[in-house]
Amino acid sequence: MKGWCGKILTVDLGTGKTRTLTPDARTYSRFIGGRALAGFFLGPEVKRHWLDPKLPLIFMTGPLVDTLAPTPGRMTIMSRSPLTGTICDASVGGHFGVQLKRAGWDGILITGQSPHLCGVEIHNREVRIISAAETSGMSPGEIRQRLGKEGSVAAIGGAAEAGVRFAGIVVDKHYFAGRGGLGRLMAARNLKFVWVRGDGRTPVYDSRELTAARRDILRLSAASPVLQGELGIQSFGTAALYDLMHQRRMMPTANFRRTRFPAAGQMNAPALHRRYRPRSSGCAGCHIRCKKQDTAGRSLPEFETLSHFSALLENTDVEVVMEANQICGTAGMDTIEAGSTLACHFEILGRPPDAKEILELLRATADGSRQDLGQGAARLAAACGRPETAMAVKGQSLPAYDPRGAYGMALAYAVSTRGGCHLRAYPISHEILRKPVATDRFSFSGKARMVKIAEDQHAAVDSLTACKFLFFAASLEEYARALSAVTGLETSAQDLQAVGERAVKAERQMNQANGFSEKDDDLPVRFFNEAGTSGGGITVPPLNRRDFLAARETYYRIRDDRIAGEEQ
Amino acid sequence: MKALLATYTHKLVERGLALADDIHFAAREAEVVWNRPDPARELEAIFSGISISTLLSAQPAEPYRTLLDSLVRSQPHPLQARDTETRTFLHDLPVSPTADAETLLPYLRRRKGVIAPGPRLITTGTVTPEQAYIVFSSMIHAACVLYCLDHLDRRRYSALSTRELREFDFIMERLPPSPSPPPALVRGPFTSEDAVLAAVVEAGERTVAAGLVDSYFGNVSCRLDNVIYISQTGSSLEELTGCIDACPMDQSSCAGITASSELSAHRRIYTETEMDVVLHGHPRFAVILSLDCPERPHCPDAHRCHTHCSREREVHGIPIVSGEVGTGPFGLDRTMPPAVAREGAAIVYGHGVFTAARRDFNTAFQRLLQVENTCRQEFAAQVRAVSRN
Repeated sequence: MKGWCGKILTVDLGTGKTRTLTPDARTYSRFIGGRALAGFFLGPEVKRHWLDPKLPLIFMTGPLVDTLAPTPGRMTIMSRSPLTGTICDASVGGHFGVQLKRAGWDGILITGQSPHLCGVEIHNREVRIISAAETSGMSPGEIRQRLGKEGSVAAIGGAAEAGVRFAGIVVDKHYFAGRGGLGRLMAARNLKFVWVRGDGRTPVYDSRELTAARRDILRLSAASPVLQGELGIQSFGTAALYDLMHQRRMMPTANFRRTRFPAAGQMNAPALHRRYRPRSSGCAGCHIRCKKQDTAGRSLPEFETLSHFSALLENTDVEVVMEANQICGTAGMDTIEAGSTLACHFEILGRPPDAKEILELLRATADGSRQDLGQGAARLAAACGRPETAMAVKGQSLPAYDPRGAYGMALAYAVSTRGGCHLRAYPISHEILRKPVATDRFSFSGKARMVKIAEDQHAAVDSLTACKFLFFAASLEEYARALSAVTGLETSAQDLQAVGERAVKAERQMNQANGFSEKDDDLPVRFFNEAGTSGGGITVPPLNRRDFLAARETYYRIRDDRIAGEEQ
Repeated sequence: MKALLATYTHKLVERGLALADDIHFAAREAEVVWNRPDPARELEAIFSGISISTLLSAQPAEPYRTLLDSLVRSQPHPLQARDTETRTFLHDLPVSPTADAETLLPYLRRRKGVIAPGPRLITTGTVTPEQAYIVFSSMIHAACVLYCLDHLDRRRYSALSTRELREFDFIMERLPPSPSPPPALVRGPFTSEDAVLAAVVEAGERTVAAGLVDSYFGNVSCRLDNVIYISQTGSSLEELTGCIDACPMDQSSCAGITASSELSAHRRIYTETEMDVVLHGHPRFAVILSLDCPERPHCPDAHRCHTHCSREREVHGIPIVSGEVGTGPFGLDRTMPPAVAREGAAIVYGHGVFTAARRDFNTAFQRLLQVENTCRQEFAAQVRAVSRN
């Protein structure tokens, strides 16, 4: 069986024991890797509280990792979220997945709790749990530097140790497994980092066929304006989307009270590039190289970060955005939740923040001196008796696409299995970016099935551990060819779609087991009661509650169908 | 959804791609909705076998039906076409031996469309009926290009049966006639954004109406001062109102991220020349002749003409250049603009024709028309020439 290592490492931080799991071929073919396979291992333990040491923290690669397939450097990290209580997974780049495969492991399941701050070091088959007491409070970048250039490291920053519920895990200093607080869970186990280095290579079934599949995918990538066009992500990073959201009047402003930010034109990606002259970098083996860093090595903000640290907080100083991004990166905090929590805080205070306050409060959040802000917007708003000011779904704050400007996005936010998240179905692809075809963004018509199919596709992509960006251009059709070439197993786009469908169904069942229900698949009331900022020929009314509920009901009906082509 | 099905059913008929009473077109949200009260029941089984939201099944109208039938008989399966649409989006044209759902499903699990006995084309989409329409139309374009090339080659290098010769005559007689020169387009120079937008919309409509592009491919732009107004990616050239992006020449905004994938090529033309408009279509005879290279059987780069052709080729003075869609190391943004700057027009291998002009779209449109008509005449001349031999 090519492509997979056939081995998954388990590490118990409490006992120091390790084991090797050897999933059978059927498990691999049904779940492939990444999100679906991690979900398969999480399922039996998912009712455990996130503080329960028996709940596994899972790192999972896929068969395409460390091969010639485009974007082969990603993996999934998964467990339950300290922020939301839902399942929580993150697709993360960098070099960790590649090194893990080269070390001979498809994944790692970490359980137990260390009595003191520790690190796990994996060099091929050799696994050590070492004391990391002296690294307490260190940033992921400092950990990376300390461990040297060899291998790859997934680490937490000081925010996770300080109790921030939206602290992430950072791979190789720059690549963030963000959103639901997997870093906080890692800190609760007294695990500061996992370092891995491998000296092997992943064997491939048919290299010539894989080269042909790669060529098909790269051809589509080059034909995509969003990816490789002169205004696209390759040139400007994801911040390239900033102007578009501004122009379409769906840029969340002042904690979603408005949808247009007048200063956006002076803070866009070209302005950042003129000012900071960034260089590009990217995940292992990626041709897009969407990461941008200034001459001092500071990361330029991603789109969500740029939008939430400017428009959402009504901040017009681009250097404050850069510094806020740096604070979050160094401390290991999710920027969407950090920005949203401050926006919620200042709505409750009844005024916008000034630049100094933004940075001071972020530092205070990161070092634990503002525990209230470290709990995320939903808990903060509830504690203040103002739950309506949290722009969150299932306790996780919304990214930088206002749902009043894209109705598919509204439905996708509501039904997402990891709370307020744009990446589960990303209807922006067709509602705004016109791919694969344009749809009416101010209509729920047809959106229930579009969201369902896209959710399955994205889960398949996460299970292949490919990069979602590439699917602005390529499809599962081309990736099926790549997977067959790597593994030697015949597969098709629809087979992969079924893997994704299986993964999403399992996640919904896991959330239901933890008490989540229809009432949680909903949006903040603001979106049904308040209009966005109309003008320039675009009217942004409140969402129609009845239409939203009807679309959600249709989604439930479709989601409950049996998996296409599969026996019950 | 009913309205969308009606729209694309009408387009299939209007474009001469299928006959009105033979189109089975469905969309599915919670339930499957058909464009007609008596859909073929066999097709409903496809919905339960794959995860799609739209399905189209239709027998192509003539002459596409006959040429598809000929290709299915004479070519290995799946059909391997070399045009850009196939190379980039379709990959190949699968052929199913029977029309039952059980046989069709494996093909549709892998590809967006399949040729079934009849021949019928069955195409799918995961978002809207528009996808199934585009795949249907692209398959016909690819098949037409493949048929003409194959026929020319076989006339040159092997014997054709009487049936095949008759079929060819039948097909050529029924292809849409060469477009005649249209009434003048709005005259430039344009001095306002509104005037530019109106001119771009008109140019797109006329290009589709003249059959110089399938409506979802091609692109149109016009420069006004330091802004390029260009059709959006995936937009229908016949309906460009509201689908034109304004892209500053100095790249001070990324709002044009939804612009055509050829924005870089258009920008380079504007940067390096005094041109004011650029027009791009996929007229089929220009595409056919660009693929018909007499050196190909002996060329070491024959498997990668679209990226590595180093010969200076032309059709009656119109340069033919290599280049892939968009950017990248082999992007046509590197090869096409210098040719257009030199000659005012260029054919991109297997892809289509770009023209550019000063002031307004009149000259660019006439040139596009002229290139296609010249290529059509040249194709006919070559068929006659090999027939005499």
